[in-house]
Amino acid sequence: MSAVQHPNAKRTELDYAELLRRSAPSKTNLQDLASEEMVLNMGPQHPSTHGVLRLELVTDGEIVLEVVPHLGYLHRCFEKHAESLPYPQTIPYTDRLDYLASMNNNWAFVMGVEDMMGITGKLPKRVEYIRVLVAELNRIASHLVAIGTFGLDVGAITPFLWCFRDREHILKMLEWASGARMLYNYVWIGGLFYDIPIGFEERCAEFVAYFKPKLAELNGLMTENFIFVERTAGVGVLPLDVAINYGCSGPVLRGSGLKMDLRRLDGYSVYPELDFEVCIGRGEMGKVGDCWDRYKVRVDEVAESLKIIEQCVEKLTKAHPRGDNFDPRAMCPPKARPKAGEYYSRAENPKGELGFYFIADGKRDIPLRCKCRAPSFSNLSVVPEISRGVMISDLIAILGSIDFVLGEVDR
Amino acid sequence: MMTAASILQAIAAQVGEEAILSSDLQVAQPYLELAPASLVAVCAFLRDEPSLYFDFLECLSGVDEGPEAARIGVVYHVRSITRGHRIVLKCWAARGDAAPTIPSIAHVWRAADWHEREAFDLLGIHFAGHPDLRRILMPEDWPGHPLRKDYVNPEFYHDFKTAY
Repeated sequence: MSAVQHPNAKRTELDYAELLRRSAPSKTNLQDLASEEMVLNMGPQHPSTHGVLRLELVTDGEIVLEVVPHLGYLHRCFEKHAESLPYPQTIPYTDRLDYLASMNNNWAFVMGVEDMMGITGKLPKRVEYIRVLVAELNRIASHLVAIGTFGLDVGAITPFLWCFRDREHILKMLEWASGARMLYNYVWIGGLFYDIPIGFEERCAEFVAYFKPKLAELNGLMTENFIFVERTAGVGVLPLDVAINYGCSGPVLRGSGLKMDLRRLDGYSVYPELDFEVCIGRGEMGKVGDCWDRYKVRVDEVAESLKIIEQCVEKLTKAHPRGDNFDPRAMCPPKARPKAGEYYSRAENPKGELGFYFIADGKRDIPLRCKCRAPSFSNLSVVPEISRGVMISDLIAILGSIDFVLGEVDR
Repeated sequence: MMTAASILQAIAAQVGEEAILSSDLQVAQPYLELAPASLVAVCAFLRDEPSLYFDFLECLSGVDEGPEAARIGVVYHVRSITRGHRIVLKCWAARGDAAPTIPSIAHVWRAADWHEREAFDLLGIHFAGHPDLRRILMPEDWPGHPLRKDYVNPEFYHDFKTAY
């Protein structure tokens, strides 16, 4: 049987193994290793790396001596795209950053552009409450994936199935509102794609009523499960100073015991009017900042998000109800052209601080520079630091507890 | 919480007037442009001075203003979690150089490590003193630095057409 030639490939004289060595070389030099040490490649295709991440491990038996992450397998030139497209056309690309929380990405990007154009704070209250509502729904969906896959990583299959079952309810609701299951393009500069459909508020209330007992059930299954606690408590301890130094944010930073949430700190949108707690790790099972704490912060945040959703539903049905004259696109500028200047905006995503740094020249509708500061990127960079000397199975737990999304790491 | 003006004064008094080339304190997010030679000293001062205590490097972005600009550089967004203030720092190198170089601050804030690798990878800015300056997102043998404004995509990579 002869090899089939790829239509886009020229005939190559190079050996493909040699090409691979050139494009993705290992950092470790095999000659430098002691006789008991071995290099083990985890990924790029590995279920516990949650995407295409390659970890080059130097191991001594079961002990991990060094971790070298190799990124970029999912690089899609987000920044290059953003620098060649008008602002509104970049919003669908932000969907694909942290594809588990597209609403939050849309919103973070849009907030930056709105800040630059000076329309922040002038939007109708209903728009703001809808934004908070969909963002918190998406936060729950994202945390459910984190919790479920974390359970799967340490050997529990049931929580994964339960979490995905409940997440599907949220995805169906957001699909109802936006038309897409995961990549929404729903939050627009100056408004929204559409008002939420009739009956959405009631369905949110139904979901909250449905999900509260399910969350208690999930807690009973996982949080104090002896095997789960044994696998996660005291494992992968991330001290607070290390977390801050490495630029960690979101549940990873809060898991290390710092009460910092940009929703409270910056108080953007209508978050100051809403009542919710900022959850932190307290080292209940092991040490502050271990894998269990990061997990617990996410579980607690799901409960807090439910509280926020209840309040939003209340506001959207009573104080700011739908009306014939409500147009979610009324404030959308026909052309987004901020005046010359630069601006760094940030928002609290499920994974942490998502920031966009814009430089606008004031002459074009296209930013001169659009840097995306992805929370997962910084959160992942701390893994080599806290994984020295752990068992390989503990490294899996650490990766699961960090909860990164490669779409955002590689951009 | 300190204002940008008092942060500027503190730097000028402690590190030296020549460390700050220029500044703009009127914009929404005030920035200081630093001399490359004193960048590391200023960053270490910002981190270690108890009244400033800048402990968190939020964002580090490489910036290319196009082939007509003479400079290419890096913008740092730093904030103090404890004190609650923020400042933007900038540092420029000559764009015409084969390897425009800026001192690395990866040992001041570890968060800079990967971000500097990204700026090196995508914009070709070199960071003197970086512990491990390798490409991070693009393949190791990728030609050129794609975020440069005058970058031209190669026609083939490993004998595969890059454009469709």
